[in-house]
Parts: sequence; structure tokens; C-alpha cells
Amino acid sequence: MNSAALIIIAVFTLAAALAAATLRKLMHAALSLVVVFVGIAALFFLLGAEFVGLALVFIYVGAVAVLVVFTILLTPRDVGKDRGFNWGGAIVAVAVFGGLTWSILNTQSLAVVAPHMPALTVKQIGKTLMTIYVWPLQCVGLLLTAALIGALILVMEEKR
Amino acid sequence: MSNSIDQVFVHAKQWLLSSLTGSPGWVVQVASILINIFMLLAVFLTLFALISVLERKILARMQNRYGPNRVGPFGLFQPIADGIKMLIKEDIVPARADKIVHFLAPVLIAAVAILTLGVIPYGRNMTPFTIDGGILFFFAVGSATELAVFMAGWGSNNKFSMLGAMRAIAQMFSYELPLIITALPVVMVVGSLTPDRIVAAQAGYTFDLVPRWFVFTPWGAAAFVLFFVSGLVESNRTPFDVPEGESEIVAGHMTEYSGFKYATFFMAEYIGMFAVSGLAMTLFLGGWHAPARILEIIPSYVWFFVKLGSLLFVYIWVRGTLPRTRIDQMMNFAWKFMLPMAFTCVIAAAVWHYAGRGLRGWLWSFLVIAIVYTALSTLLDTGRKLAPRVYRFAE
Repeated sequence: MNSAALIIIAVFTLAAALAAATLRKLMHAALSLVVVFVGIAALFFLLGAEFVGLALVFIYVGAVAVLVVFTILLTPRDVGKDRGFNWGGAIVAVAVFGGLTWSILNTQSLAVVAPHMPALTVKQIGKTLMTIYVWPLQCVGLLLTAALIGALILVMEEKR
Repeated sequence: MSNSIDQVFVHAKQWLLSSLTGSPGWVVQVASILINIFMLLAVFLTLFALISVLERKILARMQNRYGPNRVGPFGLFQPIADGIKMLIKEDIVPARADKIVHFLAPVLIAAVAILTLGVIPYGRNMTPFTIDGGILFFFAVGSATELAVFMAGWGSNNKFSMLGAMRAIAQMFSYELPLIITALPVVMVVGSLTPDRIVAAQAGYTFDLVPRWFVFTPWGAAAFVLFFVSGLVESNRTPFDVPEGESEIVAGHMTEYSGFKYATFFMAEYIGMFAVSGLAMTLFLGGWHAPARILEIIPSYVWFFVKLGSLLFVYIWVRGTLPRTRIDQMMNFAWKFMLPMAFTCVIAAAVWHYAGRGLRGWLWSFLVIAIVYTALSTLLDTGRKLAPRVYRFAE
């Protein structure tokens, strides 16, 4: 059942990714990207990593996707202009795809049988974050707070 | 006796599944999931129909009129008439609309609302979808509502729709923060994100009298009020229905929807309201626990729906009482009052925990909340005098 689910999710995600790359309307492409995020979250669920999947949905569908669609909404569109085929983007994409394929094919872990891992609970993740990784966590928190305050200062009305 | 009534739905499901013995494991699994989904939809769509007519009746009562009383006894069959009307109405899609997005928006919003219902424990052993991070699931899936609202506003290709969607997203984002942060103290105190564990942590009674619900601790009471207000905003209900402000922007993001699609939006709004009330009960009001020991003979799911009904009554009551707020008032309230108070609840819960969770903890955490509340109200007081409005350009 798991392999069937994997194939369904993979086809779904890849189709959405293809749609995100090729659709003419920018908004449709952005919404297809959201489907890709959901598909990847589903993959994490399938692997038993519930927390990562939920965090992915939370951050990417709830926040990043809304940011993307708002950016599309608030920036001027020049519909008529045809920029032609983007060769630079194609080269970068092929290079990334080639590099990833090469490294996946050369990795040792494909040949080794994965050890059976017990499902990771949210509690374990929380404990690890609060003990071993407490400094990185605090740094990220500080950075995000600084970014939030910076954004507020940027949009604040100037006092006359 | 009480135990068998309490577990009647659980046993019924097991009996249904026992007819599948011998079939492979995944068939039983899928059947179990399908039964859960069917029950959720059946119960909550019925409740939606019931609440839609009850709301109109209660509002009418508050405004000293009759309300719907033509269809069936006391107008109770009104939802059936409404449903038939909505189904046979013409479905109008604007010519310049983005057809796909316009169609997908109500689908997504309804799906999201129904998904969030899944993680709430409705009774002893009655959680449709048990997941380790259930509270996180609720908020993660619920945050997709904003995207659905945006799709509705964008897909309609209408100024009013887009304005309504932007207002809705602005207020949903602002109030999502206090909503999540007020859930945090409960998660901290229980040490779990699983709704079942949170409900289990609220079992028992202090001095054999007061139930150990979190709403009876100072931080819990403050967090519950904040959570309830944020829930009102998240479900776009009066006094926070600025996104739909019918006197300004027709119906906000639902302007270009008609017939069944409009009904879907309406349904999603109510189901979102049920879900957020259900979560508030799970977090603060002891979920399905009875309020007194002698009342425990009444099954747990009955208590859940009694509590849900009372919370929904408060929703309707607030709608019948308060006028609509302005968007700038709402934003100021969210960022200047709700957010600091939500953080205070987190600190007060920590104080409560380290002062021993007893009477001493109660007093200390009450002190923390009282100090911050007083400081905030002094700081935010603009010193404006309340006086009758003076009309300069009209009599």
C-alpha cells in the first residue's frame, strides 16, 4: 500500500511541478507550486515524519504561498511582452538536475538496507531542539524577530 | 451501564469492522477511515443545518421579531428549503473570471474546514484522526484557508472580491498569531501536542468539586478569552466581519459566487466556527469531560456537544449584540493588545508550573496577568472621553 501511495504522490507532485514551470498564467503557476508543497508534505507523512510534513504545510502553504500570490498581485504585469525562451534558466535547471542525479546515483546509502527507525515523536524533536540545538534555535528566533521589526519599520508611516 | 452507552459509537464501529475480518489489513484501515469521514460529515452537516436555523431564530428573538416560522414546526425545516433553493439556483460565473481558480476556491475552503474537524476528540476514544501533532495539524491545515480566500478574491476578477479577500487575509494573519500563541501554554503545561492527551490532562477535580479544566487557572482563563476572540476573527463573524462588510463591499470575496458555491462558502464558515470552538473546548474547557462527578453518568459525547452548543450560542449572542468594528481598530487591537497578552499567558503558565501548580501558583500567575493587563491598558489608554457623537454636517 505504501509503494502505491508513493507512486500516486510522486506522479501528483511531479505533474504539479511541471505545471508550475510551464503554465502561462503566473497565478496558476503559483497555485501549482502550492500543490507541489502539499505533495512533498505528503511524502514526509508517508515516511512517518509527521512534524516535518506539518511544518512544511504550515510555513509553505500558510505563509510562503500567500506571500507569493500577494507579490504577483501587487507587482505590475506586462502581459503583452514575450521574453522568448529563457536559456539561462534552462541551463541552471539542467545543471542542478544533473548534479543531483549524479550525487544520488553515486551515494552509498542506496546499496545499504536502511535500519528500522522508530517513528519520531514531536516530543523527541522538541526535547532535542530545547537541549542540544537551543543556541541555533535562539539565533533563528532572534533573526526572525529582527526581520519582523525591520519590516514594521519599513512600512511605518512617517510622523509629520 | 453508563460505560456501554458512553462507548456505543466505538462499539458500533468495531462491530461494522468485524464484518470485514479475513480481508487484508489495508481494507479494514480504509473502511475505518471511511466510517470516520462519513460520521464527521453526517454529524457536522446536520449541525450546520440546525445552527443556521437556530441562529436566525435566536437573532430574531434578540431583535424582538419572529424569525423563520413558516416551514415545518417552528420553522425547523427551513434549512431544507434553503438547501433546495441553493441547489436549483443558477450558477453564475463572471465572463472575465479566472474559471479554474474561481471553481477551486470553494472546494478548497470547504475541504480545509472539514479536515480541521478531524483531530478533535468528540468523546472517550472518539477522535476521528489520531495524530501525534494534532494541534499543529489543526493550525497547519487551517492556515490554508487564507489561500482559499485569496483564490476566491482573485478568481472572481472583481474589485469588491479582491478588497474583501485582502481584508480577510490581513485580519486572519494578524489574529492567527494570538490564536496559536494562546494554545501554547496548554501545550507547555501538558507537554504534548496530542488533543487526546490534553483532554486526559484535564480529568479529575480539585477538592472533589471544581473540575481541573485549564479555564479555571488564571493563565487558562486569559488564554481562553483571547483564543475565543481570535476564533471569532478567524471565522469572520460579527463583530469582526469586515471582510464581508455588506454595506461597503457587497459580500467581500463571496460577491461573485452564487447558488451552491455560495452555500459552500457559508458552510465552510460555520464548520470553521465549529472546529475552532471544538479546539477551544479541547484546550481549555476539558473537552468531553463532565463538569461534576455525579454528572459523569451522562456520556462523554453528549457533554462535548452541550459545550459546543453553549459556545455557539455565545457566538450568536455576540453577533446579535455588537456592532462591526473598523479594520484599523481590529489591527491595533491585535498587535498592541492581543499579542502581548498572549505572550503573558505563556509566561503566566510557566510561573504557574514553577510555583507548584497549586494555590501559590494560582496567585502568582494571576499577579503576572493582572500586572501586564493593567500596564497595557494604561499604556493604550488614549484618554479619549466618551461623549454623544456630534454631527457637524447633518442634523
